[in-house]
Amino acid sequence: MEKKIKKVDLIFGKVDHLDILNNSFQRTRDEIILDVIDSGLRGRGGAGFPTGLKWKFAKNEEADQKYVICNADEGEPGTFKDREILTQVPEKVLAGMALCGYCIGASEGYIYLRAEYNFLLPSLYKAIDQFHEHLKAMKFDFTIRICSGSGAYVCGEETALMESMEGKRGEPRNKPPFPTSEGYLGKPTSVNNVETLVFALMIAQEGPAKFKEMGTFDSRGSKVFSVSGDTPTPGIYELELGMTLEQFVEEFGDGDTKAVQVGGASGFCVSRKDFRSTLIGFEGIPTGGSMMLFNSSRSMYNILNDYLEFMEEESCGQCTPCRVGCQQLLKGIEAVKRGVKPPSYLEDLQKLSDTMRIASKCGLGQSVPNPFNSIINNFREEIIY
Amino acid sequence: MSKYKVNLKINNIPISVDEGTTILDAARELNFKIPTLCHHDDLCVAGNCRVCVVEQKGARLLPASCATPVSEGMEIQTNSLKVRQARKHIVELLLSEHNADCTKCFKNGYCELQDMSNDYRIGDHIFLDLVMDKDKELDISSPSIEKDDSKCIRCQRCVRTCANMQYVSALAVTHKGNNMRISTFLDKPMNDVVCTNCGQCINRCPTAALTERNYIDEVFDAIYDPNKFVVVQTAPATRVAIGEEFGMEPGTRATGKMVAALRRLGFDKVLDTDFTADLTIMEEGTELLTRLKEALVDGKEVALPMLTSCSPGWIKFQEHLYPDLLDNLSTCKSPQQMFGPLAKTYYAEKVNKNPADMVVVSIMPCTAKKFEAERPEMRGSGYKDVDYVLTTRELGRMIRQAGIDFDKLEDEKYDSILGESTGAAVIFGATGGVMEAALRTAYELVTGREVPFTNLNIKPIRGMEGVKEASVKIKDVKPEWSFLEGVELNVAIAHGLVNAKILMDKIRAGEANHHFIEIMACPSGCIGGGGQPMPTNMEIRKKRAAGIYEEDEAMVIRKSHENPEVAEIYKSFLHEPLGHRSHDLLHTHYTPRKRH
Repeated sequence: MEKKIKKVDLIFGKVDHLDILNNSFQRTRDEIILDVIDSGLRGRGGAGFPTGLKWKFAKNEEADQKYVICNADEGEPGTFKDREILTQVPEKVLAGMALCGYCIGASEGYIYLRAEYNFLLPSLYKAIDQFHEHLKAMKFDFTIRICSGSGAYVCGEETALMESMEGKRGEPRNKPPFPTSEGYLGKPTSVNNVETLVFALMIAQEGPAKFKEMGTFDSRGSKVFSVSGDTPTPGIYELELGMTLEQFVEEFGDGDTKAVQVGGASGFCVSRKDFRSTLIGFEGIPTGGSMMLFNSSRSMYNILNDYLEFMEEESCGQCTPCRVGCQQLLKGIEAVKRGVKPPSYLEDLQKLSDTMRIASKCGLGQSVPNPFNSIINNFREEIIY
Repeated sequence: MSKYKVNLKINNIPISVDEGTTILDAARELNFKIPTLCHHDDLCVAGNCRVCVVEQKGARLLPASCATPVSEGMEIQTNSLKVRQARKHIVELLLSEHNADCTKCFKNGYCELQDMSNDYRIGDHIFLDLVMDKDKELDISSPSIEKDDSKCIRCQRCVRTCANMQYVSALAVTHKGNNMRISTFLDKPMNDVVCTNCGQCINRCPTAALTERNYIDEVFDAIYDPNKFVVVQTAPATRVAIGEEFGMEPGTRATGKMVAALRRLGFDKVLDTDFTADLTIMEEGTELLTRLKEALVDGKEVALPMLTSCSPGWIKFQEHLYPDLLDNLSTCKSPQQMFGPLAKTYYAEKVNKNPADMVVVSIMPCTAKKFEAERPEMRGSGYKDVDYVLTTRELGRMIRQAGIDFDKLEDEKYDSILGESTGAAVIFGATGGVMEAALRTAYELVTGREVPFTNLNIKPIRGMEGVKEASVKIKDVKPEWSFLEGVELNVAIAHGLVNAKILMDKIRAGEANHHFIEIMACPSGCIGGGGQPMPTNMEIRKKRAAGIYEEDEAMVIRKSHENPEVAEIYKSFLHEPLGHRSHDLLHTHYTPRKRH
């Protein structure tokens, strides 16, 4: 073991969020955005778009109204870190939104809250009311509202999220235009994950250097992980990026880990033989936080079957590759398992999943091949027999 | 906004197009055809079927060419190996959820999915059969539209048509994922929702998920029944579109061939809805003048503007959405429904037939006419006034079934009586036509002079703009119309129900200063009707409109009030417009309906 996993405490540590904001408002928007760019912070929801660039694009748009949206539609199976952040440090999330609002020139922000997290509403409203009072005292014009989702996984996709906010079916839009130019109600919008906003706030406080010195070239800083599955220590951990799966399993495994699903149902399944060579991060396998460990008692067929059932149901249904592709993959492995189709049918399905990856309209259909191919490639025999 | 030019390469050929152009349109300019399914020229972008994906150099994903604007320096391949594989997969996926019962299908040979499957040589399905609603009964609750979910490929063209073109939203996307489907409010049957029966969804459905209810066999049964006397009427817009069923150019004037074909099909008499279109002008024109007189002279509270009532899709739309304004709707039946009762009374008497033995068939560009004929109030003759309504497409099919070589037919003329018509009647087929015909007659009735437009062509109210407005100054009137002296007659025209909504909202808000408004449910008027040959797009509809106006100019008589058969029917039967008999046979009333 070259180095131990480093636990970090940027997200959950208590800070004077108002002080950070006050200081930030003394600086120019460009300075802050440059710091965020310099820090190398990438979106923590999973897709990993450079946060500073997103803010810069939104800032550069001219519009009478712009919006900040905090994406709290945490729906990826195996992810529960945003819930914890919103429970423990809601004021940091709100301050991150206000900071973004300051940088891009928005006076309105929305938290798109996953329907299953509605139990957080009373505490969030309380935090928002307090925060509004403080902003008023600081003479900063920024209003935050909460928009409650209705339970669709696809609404975590930023354009589907905005459609949902506009009262329409939660279906992803065609891109371009991107949300930073035409987002919520057609106005420039920055949609950021809960965790990303808190990191941006912390970068404003600590400066980019401290963040940058953690992690690797492509994956700077730390990240909050949701650890679940066959582990003696499930829970939420903020860890420095750059560790290998081997290190991770060493820390969290039960001694019998045969596979780790990195990134939830839309992520990759890594088998034991690849733990050492797999880096958790954008150079290797990125994750929005979900880390599910499986030991040898688990059937990988059942796991893949579950993921595909989930995707089949949660596809919005508008685009062909995703709507029909998910059904074919699911029914396909069932047919192979039952012997209705020969094992070689798995190759046909893998080709199909390649089409889904490049031809689907949004990230949902594009990422179904991740679990599919990685589980089939690593555990082919478990699928067939 | 000034348009910037964007330079890109498609299949290695450089091209420069306006900023904002889609890859699909840029490729079309270079004559590369990219296959499409969810895309339709009349509709907003969807980008959901994905068959139009192309490969973009340097990009990880295959963009949907219909939904992706060009960008500077872009290099696109429309038929790379990657694209071919993806496209083939997508067609295979669509087929796997589609009830590909092609040989039995009404759209066999006309189906866009079938064409694509053929182009890509999709043989055996490699994927599993996922057809969801194979065993579900078809929704045949509507007399106009048949809905077969097992054929649906969820391209949402119908949904966009219903919402964006027609502002009806009877059809909508429901559920998600594997259960996603196109349905109605609470999955109610089609006859129990706001559907106006306009059939525009049918015109844009790439498969046979939405088709017209067809009544071909019933009509042939009537034709071959020796005890039945079967007369047929043909709507104005059919004559410039029927040719398309036989490969002719849109807008080809095939009136004479159509008459000849109908005779060969065995109809006992071939008559013309154009005759009752002229009659409509007499009745509706008189109704308008009466309303104006009541308003201007008698100072009565009269519902103005008066709205035309020829388009049954429009009428049902108003009954659902603007029931508070039903008094504004002219009480005139549509030309089809004026024809029916006259055929079974006046005409029956003339040809000495028992109306009980008569069958009135109409050939319409319209699916809503099927519903209209079923309305309980449409029994002015004491019988069902119009027995069967066939679309232009169904007529095409009948002609093919009967083995008639349409192309080679010699022109023939309509039978008399109820066969004579004018140029004013034929232009009913295009948006603005009813208004133009009404103005030709009303202006002349009131002033004694022809409308002050070159060659009677009232050009300002022609064309494809969604809402058209015009005013005509009335002066030097005949003494009996002195109350109209100096009046500026304000008229407006809308086609496509989304445009009708614009005018109706103005009326409701009291912001409309119009006296008379023509509304047609379908885009471009009846020539773009839900029963017309497919495909449809603006270019095709413009050609049909041109055909309509050529037909008008070729007519000897071009004003409804000069139709000698119209004069005769008033003399010997109806006596006067809005008279007692007219009231019984030619006028109707309406039913307020709810939105759900």
